[in-house]
Amino acid sequence: MTTQNQGSDKIPVTVLTGYLGAGKTTLLNRILSEQHGKKYAVIVNEFGEIGIDNDLVVGADEEVFEMNNGCICCTVRGDLIRIIENLMKRKGRFDAIIVETTGLADPAPVAQTFFVDQDVQAKSRLDAVVTVADAKWLSDRLKDAPEAKNQIAFADVILLNKTDLVTPAELAEVEGRIRAINPYATLHKTQKCAIALDKVLDRGAFDLERILEIEPAFLEADDHHHHDHDHTCGPGCTHDHHHDHAHPHHAHDHHDHACGPECDHDHAHHGHKAHKHGGLKHYHDEDMQSVSIAHEGDMDPEKFMPWINDVVQKDGIKILRSKGILAFKKEPKRFVFQGVHMILDGDLQRDWKPDEKRVSRIVFIGRDLDTEGLKAGFLACAA
Amino acid sequence: MNMKTPPVSLQDRVSPRDLGGHILRAGFFGPEAFFILADGQILIGEREAITPHGDAILACDCDGKRIVTGGDDGKIIETRADGASHLLGHEQGRWIEAVSLGPDGAAAWSAGKKAVARDGKGQVKSIAMPSTPQGLAFAPKGYRLGVAHVDGATCWFPNTAAEPETFGWKGPHLDITFSPDNRFLITSMQENQLHGWRLADKGHMRMSGYPSKTRSLSWSHDGLWLATSGAEAAIIWPFAKDGPTGKAPRECGIRPAKVTQVAFHPKGLVLAIGYEDGWVMLVRLTDAAELLVRAGGDGAVITALAWDDDGKVLAFGAESGAGGLVSLPL
Repeated sequence: MTTQNQGSDKIPVTVLTGYLGAGKTTLLNRILSEQHGKKYAVIVNEFGEIGIDNDLVVGADEEVFEMNNGCICCTVRGDLIRIIENLMKRKGRFDAIIVETTGLADPAPVAQTFFVDQDVQAKSRLDAVVTVADAKWLSDRLKDAPEAKNQIAFADVILLNKTDLVTPAELAEVEGRIRAINPYATLHKTQKCAIALDKVLDRGAFDLERILEIEPAFLEADDHHHHDHDHTCGPGCTHDHHHDHAHPHHAHDHHDHACGPECDHDHAHHGHKAHKHGGLKHYHDEDMQSVSIAHEGDMDPEKFMPWINDVVQKDGIKILRSKGILAFKKEPKRFVFQGVHMILDGDLQRDWKPDEKRVSRIVFIGRDLDTEGLKAGFLACAA
Repeated sequence: MNMKTPPVSLQDRVSPRDLGGHILRAGFFGPEAFFILADGQILIGEREAITPHGDAILACDCDGKRIVTGGDDGKIIETRADGASHLLGHEQGRWIEAVSLGPDGAAAWSAGKKAVARDGKGQVKSIAMPSTPQGLAFAPKGYRLGVAHVDGATCWFPNTAAEPETFGWKGPHLDITFSPDNRFLITSMQENQLHGWRLADKGHMRMSGYPSKTRSLSWSHDGLWLATSGAEAAIIWPFAKDGPTGKAPRECGIRPAKVTQVAFHPKGLVLAIGYEDGWVMLVRLTDAAELLVRAGGDGAVITALAWDDDGKVLAFGAESGAGGLVSLPL
């Protein structure tokens, strides 16, 4: 196990996606112009409309590399590997990195870069995929642009922007369509991307320590309606965790993880499910959907591990994101994992609390998922 | 090379220097050592630092006569021993990804999806590439440039009309080097392996088994061995006769830390090895005798190693800015 590369030393990277014209540049300008005392390195595709004084702006080419390791969806952003490698040689020049992708980009290669490339992984961490969506046009784009759908499906945070340009009915419609694809992302309704930056940055969406709940979001955390619960990490959170990086084609080292000093989560929906569903219409997206499976009890790791590895090896192309919190038999700690296509990252996290029900739950977001097959397979792993 | 009663450690012969920033490369102009820093500084001997790019240096190459650097200002600048710099090229608004020195004053660089070669007379030629070239190296004979890119390598004679020759192998290729006898072309790859081609018939060689990427490659003075970084030992491939196919590599300087830099002595079969934990060792290939130059402890990742022309002084540098020179008891 290595101890020198603890999470806190790593530079956080926020990936900003969104279809053409949704407002990515507006959000980026907002992040850069706000008084936050932080310096950013921004990786963009086109120079021009962003005004920066203290920040470092780098032009990128979005070169997607296919790895020659037998894993067909193992694509990475080659330009990003080089840029991050170079940026890391200038310590102290910036505090965080923001990657803006083109409107037509698939977020997967960007995200995978942070799990596949060891050098990038050693020095930086993927914080969250933030997707800006145009309230007026997203419904149309979801019909004709697979890229737009990918960006919604992949998101940890969605800014449903330009809400002033639509009627309440249209807004409910587009929200319903987003939720049909991705019920797990935190969704904020905005105008001109006006949002508190802590809702967008430093989310820790890929940090296993911070994946606390994976309940679907029926109530929105829009800026008038908070249900935030602060969570503080207990002293028991400083122990070693086996950080098992179960990629079908790689053997990875174990890493130590220590919990950061601030472990508070935007925990918007916990305990509020009984509220009305926000008047949300329920849509069914034809090809992109999410599957959530729960088992009220323990799982057998000897069965679950081979099963999940098999699932992502076989169906990794279709599965965009996966997450799970599991109770393993005779294991006092929660096992938490998350995945991007074929790449899985899992770790034993904190102890199950005495008053906490040992429920094992996994979710998948993807295309043409075999819901019944996944359910049967998962439930067969029960201890 | 003849080491008289080799001591176990050369640590008392080291003069350390704290250079304060990530050291990209070390080298020598005659007896004078120089260090190239990622923050843009070039330090020659004890002289005041020069900053030809004003800001960061992204790529560099050097020999005993000149340093060529590429910066985030898009410029490619040559610096001579006296500290005088001049501009070789300018790729507006681009980061320079790779640079390489060539014969008779030539230099090459890459930025975006092209490679550029400039001969000693200042004639500039460029060639479009399928992806941004990450590695460049001139062949030991003739004015020929090897370019590493996604799915293979390309060999190009910039001053002839001949079609560039492609050497295909799927996957992203990073660094590139020709064997000194001009028989082999070797690249390191994103997938933690090396790939090689026999230049004569494009026959393939795969050199794998590394736990991480190989980013440092060094040929022995006789051209018969290629030392590589990326494992918890220097992996040294035999290139006598038909190359390494079917042969096991030598493993030298085995330690519980990854090798990050290798540099063969210019006159003997002695390899300088730098590690991720700040250690530097010398290993003699003939009898595997080891000499300790620097015992890490500070966790400084070794990022630069270079010998002077005679092989009497070794310069080293680290990511942390820790640098130094060690003179050998010859």
